Amino acid sequence: MSGTGITIGLERDTAQEELAFLTTADQAQPALAHEADAALDPVFELRGMSVHYGAFRAVRDMDLSIERHRITALIGPSGCGKSTVLRSLNRMNDLIPGARVEGEVRYNGEDIYDPAVDAVEVRRRIGMVFQKPNPFPKSIYDNVAFGPRLNRFRGDLDDLVEASLRRAALWDEVRDKLRSNALSLSGGQQQRLCIARAIAVEPDVILMDEPCSALDPIATLRIEELMRELKENYTIVIVTHNMQQAARASDTTAFLTMGTDRAGYLVEVAPTQQLFTRPANRLTEDYITGRFG
Amino acid sequence: MTSAAPVARPSLRQASGPARRRAAFSGAMNALLAAAVLLALIPLGLILAVIVAKGLPAMNWEFLTGTFNFSRRESGGGYLHGLVGTLYMGGLAALMAIPAGIAAAVFLTEFPRHPVSGPVRFFSDVMTGVPSVFVGLFVYTLLVRRIGFGTFVGAVSLAIIMLPIVVRSSEEILKLVPGELKRASYALGARRWQTVLSVVIPTAAPGLVTGAMLAVARALGETAPLVLTALAANQVVFDLQGSGQSALPLLIFREARGAFEAGQQRAWAGALELMLLVLVLTVLARLIGARRPAGT
Repeated sequence: MSGTGITIGLERDTAQEELAFLTTADQAQPALAHEADAALDPVFELRGMSVHYGAFRAVRDMDLSIERHRITALIGPSGCGKSTVLRSLNRMNDLIPGARVEGEVRYNGEDIYDPAVDAVEVRRRIGMVFQKPNPFPKSIYDNVAFGPRLNRFRGDLDDLVEASLRRAALWDEVRDKLRSNALSLSGGQQQRLCIARAIAVEPDVILMDEPCSALDPIATLRIEELMRELKENYTIVIVTHNMQQAARASDTTAFLTMGTDRAGYLVEVAPTQQLFTRPANRLTEDYITGRFG
Repeated sequence: MTSAAPVARPSLRQASGPARRRAAFSGAMNALLAAAVLLALIPLGLILAVIVAKGLPAMNWEFLTGTFNFSRRESGGGYLHGLVGTLYMGGLAALMAIPAGIAAAVFLTEFPRHPVSGPVRFFSDVMTGVPSVFVGLFVYTLLVRRIGFGTFVGAVSLAIIMLPIVVRSSEEILKLVPGELKRASYALGARRWQTVLSVVIPTAAPGLVTGAMLAVARALGETAPLVLTALAANQVVFDLQGSGQSALPLLIFREARGAFEAGQQRAWAGALELMLLVLVLTVLARLIGARRPAGT
């Protein structure tokens, strides 16, 4: 595995260090060996991707690689198309009438918009967590078991539910009330349940669309902690409005902004620490220093 | 300490002119609305009061468990055959109309822009307003002239009454299912039918039940379609087809306009029985509708 150095660096993280992240967001990640990017193994490769909603072009000519077992953050001002980009990665845009994706979105080398590709299969491999926690109005257990049941999971469902909840760092809080309604959980717990639900179908990638924007700071911190644990097994792409969050939690950051035609485009993508300390583009610098956006 | 000229600070209790006028206007409007509500409630209250007052004296065990006497001039006997017929035909009609109606509503909400959706929605609305005697005539020409009067044809006519109500109420309920739940399901790799069956319908279930029960309650009170399809019976009938079937509204209709005091008494009791039946269904519908989804 190419990311060994990174993994060790992460496991060393303690709660105290995380709190330190919060206070010194600018220095954020301790020198994680981003320089060891030699062996690139992209999960996603976007080439000249544009997204249109009817006549409106929301995102234009995007080229971006997303590395395996990394957390990639998409940041940028409102309306720059971050969420649109995220939704194009698992064909959730298909659900929006009039949405159209042009260019290439390669997932493990395959174009996910190829007519021979089934969007449902794409979504089974590429899970998603939404801005607002959206558990089904069912029991905690049934929420986690939902995906596996769709796929006619053969095996011990109880074990899978437990494992998923453990991975989502929720097991200890819900082990005694798996049968109670998921809506009785707090917002932060609901969001971790949604992560557990996404994990239960054993995806390869988890897309997160501002997963903490409806949560309080403590719950936010827990989700970020969880993301760092999850990246051992999954690739995570997160959209966030919160620059501190991107700085704290991600390995790579992509900055998008909106052109004069109101179409979003990619300004710069770089290892997070580099992007926040030595941005290559003036627009990025203006945004991260708060001069704009 | 500063010694400034005393500033006039009007008391809060002293409302200014325009405010007083607005308050008076508001009061007058409230009184007007209250009067309108009372006016609307008067007929309802009167109907309930008269039915209870006239029906209760004739309501007894024999009425509930008996069928027609040999002579209908005499008192005694009861409407059991009508109750059985109403429940029998209502149940059959519900079995036909509710699944079809919910299926149509799912179609309308899942494919709102489909070329068929507009016409389906329009004709459901039209059907809601079709006089029920037309429904009776329709079933009479279509079925009764071929296979005769009976329970089944009666149920078909009731199902036609129920169908548009089920479609429109279910559509409204299904539209309320949050899009975020559907998206969560799709994001887990569910297909459309899986999303409908395991997320949309369970989430909407209480509301769907309420709508269906109200449609059933409405159909149980129908007389006109049954006159032309179920016709009549003097005893309890379990045959699906081949002989006429009775129903509470039919019996009420027949005896209330008859010349015999005893029959009119039974009709009042029948009206009370029908009203209670509809009341029970409506209350059940509300209870189910108010139920929280599984768990706490």
